[in-house]
Amino acid sequence: MAATVSSGRDAVATPIQRAFREAFYAGAISLGLFVLFIGLRTDQNITNELILVQRWLLLAIVVIAVTVGRFLYVAYAVPAMERSKAEKAATPAVVAEPGFIKQNFNRIGLVILLLYPIAMVLLFGFQGSLKWVDNFGIQILIYVMLAWGLNIVVGLAGLLDLGYVAFYAVGAYAYALLGTHFGLSFWILLPAAGCMAAFWGVMLGFPVLRLRGDYLAIVTLAFGEIIRLVLINWREVTNGSAGISGIPKVSFFGLISFNVSDPNYIAKVLHIAQSGAYYKIFLYYLALGLCLLTAFVTIRLRRLPVGRAWEALREDEIACRSLGINTTTTKLTAFATGAMFGGFAGSFFAARQGFVSPESFVFLESAIILAIVVLGGMGSLGGIAVAALVMIGGTEILRELDFLKAVFGPDFTPELYRMLLFGMAMVIVMLWKPRGFVGSREPTAFLKERRAVSASFTKEGHG
Amino acid sequence: MNAQASMSDFILQVEHLSMKFGGLVAIGDLSFQAKRGEITALIGPNGAGKTTVFNCITGFYKPTEGMITLNKRDGSTFLLERLPNHEIPARANVARTFQNIRLFSGMTLLENLLVAQHNKLMKASGYTFLGLFGFPSYRQASAESIELARHWLEKADLVDRADDPAGDLPYGAQRRLEIARAMCTGPELLCLDEPAAGLNPKESAALNELLMGIKGTGTSILLIEHDMSVVMQISDHVVVLEYGRKISDGNPASVRTDPRVIAAYLGVDDEEVQEVLTEVGDEDVIEQLDTGPDAAHGPGNSASMMAGPVSDSVEHANEGERVTVSKGASKAAQVDARANSTKSKPAPKSSTAKPRGGRK
Ligand SMILES: Nc1ncnc2c1ncn2[C@@H]1O[C@H](COP(=O)(O)OP(=O)(O)OP(=O)(O)O)[C@@H](O)[C@H]1O
Ligand SMILES: [Mg+2]
Repeated sequence: MAATVSSGRDAVATPIQRAFREAFYAGAISLGLFVLFIGLRTDQNITNELILVQRWLLLAIVVIAVTVGRFLYVAYAVPAMERSKAEKAATPAVVAEPGFIKQNFNRIGLVILLLYPIAMVLLFGFQGSLKWVDNFGIQILIYVMLAWGLNIVVGLAGLLDLGYVAFYAVGAYAYALLGTHFGLSFWILLPAAGCMAAFWGVMLGFPVLRLRGDYLAIVTLAFGEIIRLVLINWREVTNGSAGISGIPKVSFFGLISFNVSDPNYIAKVLHIAQSGAYYKIFLYYLALGLCLLTAFVTIRLRRLPVGRAWEALREDEIACRSLGINTTTTKLTAFATGAMFGGFAGSFFAARQGFVSPESFVFLESAIILAIVVLGGMGSLGGIAVAALVMIGGTEILRELDFLKAVFGPDFTPELYRMLLFGMAMVIVMLWKPRGFVGSREPTAFLKERRAVSASFTKEGHG
Repeated sequence: MNAQASMSDFILQVEHLSMKFGGLVAIGDLSFQAKRGEITALIGPNGAGKTTVFNCITGFYKPTEGMITLNKRDGSTFLLERLPNHEIPARANVARTFQNIRLFSGMTLLENLLVAQHNKLMKASGYTFLGLFGFPSYRQASAESIELARHWLEKADLVDRADDPAGDLPYGAQRRLEIARAMCTGPELLCLDEPAAGLNPKESAALNELLMGIKGTGTSILLIEHDMSVVMQISDHVVVLEYGRKISDGNPASVRTDPRVIAAYLGVDDEEVQEVLTEVGDEDVIEQLDTGPDAAHGPGNSASMMAGPVSDSVEHANEGERVTVSKGASKAAQVDARANSTKSKPAPKSSTAKPRGGRK
């Protein structure tokens, strides 16, 4: 901010002088901003009286941090960045061979994912691994799957869908209702839930076919809310906001069960000690399998004519029509395919949770999934997986940061800053990589060599 | 019997085509025919309605009136004004390019040409299901489609850049790519909207060669062009539009010497206008021509509606305010008036006109 203020005198000032000046401005501005935000706080005492808590020390820490940060940024970081940029410009010819990690990113990622639960059990024991496998592993994988599903609609076809969570809800309730009432197994209900979600994807698709951009976003948003409100108000079927509990567990294709009372309970079959961790580990691998299925189908579809038509639709719908592509069915298949993966994720979620309620399907979920897709780089599976890891893993890890209580006082709950961090992360990533983590597009076919397409050429779509 | 034979000589027959946007008559009662295997050029000053004719033929606009018949080589006939937009390329095999280039700029050149073969590949992939499981029939179709793409990339002299994004190409190459993409749909009629616009002489010559090559494969071409040298060189038949009406139709040589065409393009110069006025002796005309600069003199109406997304402009089509084209603005009409007036003194009332609003 101060850089614009003082640009006139920059020519004469050295970086250090300028840094002092700008640091001073930044400090003054932050003092002005935070004196009421941080310096004073209203609170209740034991007798329910409103009192004013003064937190001058905290205010001083924040203001000093801003001042020093600005000083370091202007005095050292900016010149260093400029130098490195100049160096890069001076030696352009050398194209750096991508490192080993970058080249084998997918394989390494897969190996880590496969070994993750085993490593956790070895590190923390069965009981200790529960948290890591369930809260981190499974949670993140569910979001990866959701984001990959939404990626088909938003990233490939370029149709902005703000109500994606509706399909997640349809999948979850389909499994919950059919599973509890008819006792059907997960393996039958998984495809059924997917089909049902796909059906609703088409139902949503029809009315919004002619809409584009903001209008499409608003209607999909409304659709998400309608589904949630139906779930809340259709008490006879969905049990309203109380939700459905007692959803049956998944079994290993009916061979091995994870219910302690069953004769084929895993511990009895394999003659090992009882533990709840088996089920979690099983679920982890199940989620991983579903994710891989999603990735496999997405990668395959991209190389098929439908997938190319989706991307072409994102690039230019009118040109698509001039080439004889039926844009109606193309859009509908995108909605249906995306919704189907949402349905898969939903039924898995219901099975894992054992309980579903409309609480889980609020707009915020849609927003988070969309944020993951955008952060990851629209259309790129790897980038989206990393974004899910950062966003979901990051918010989960906040729960673990107990040491922050030592800094900010005992009643500091880091979880409450989840959304703040979420927002900050988004702003930072968008400044640093405006097209998401992976800003380039992998072509689906090549004549001589496969070269990634820079994102500056791809469009976001307007539908 | 004989009539039947001559009917199918024409790949495209446009009869009494009219397109109105609100009160604006973009095309008025236009009839022309395009012979199979020929290059038919559609020319006319800016805003004459050429792009609108294309949009009617390719189904982006539904014409207000008229009939557009397409006779395919195999004898089947399509009424294009009745087909849905996307079926015109798919079933009637009419492909087009756009005045403002519309490529899939984030996809590679090869991918652009593969998207153009969508319908064929879709069938080969068993509407995705067989393709998803990697059936060999799809793999073969996919290899064939890449070969076809390579063929057209070579024709368009773009094969070296096959794996680059289309948005990265220079302008002239983008024009050629758009033509190559249209050809990958396997069209019988190719409609090109100002393919030479913005090309340098060398690129323009390369384009001529590409078009002659396409003509050689038996594909008929309908061409909008401003560059007279291109038109005169390669077209077999020329249709001239002015203010949505046909003012001339014939082979390039006869059109070039048609006084109505010359007037429409160059404008009748001032002395001639005076001459016309005095000869016609029409008070109304004098009054009207005095009221202000003529719409047809400046570059004025060059704004083509195709600059924005078509559907956007389509949706607003009905909101257009009511404008009537003044006959006085038409240079061709003035030439007519003069011709008539020299024959018989009484001035034709047709050259007096309704209120002379601008065309906006
Ligand atoms: N969608 C539309 N809505 C309203 N008016 C339109 C629309 N499309 C075209 N027009 C009008 O129709 C007339 C003919 O336009 P058209 O684009 O067909 O001209 P053109 O001959 O292609 O001109 P140019 O040489 O500039 O491309 C113009 O006056 C234009 O403003
Ligand atoms: Mg035009």
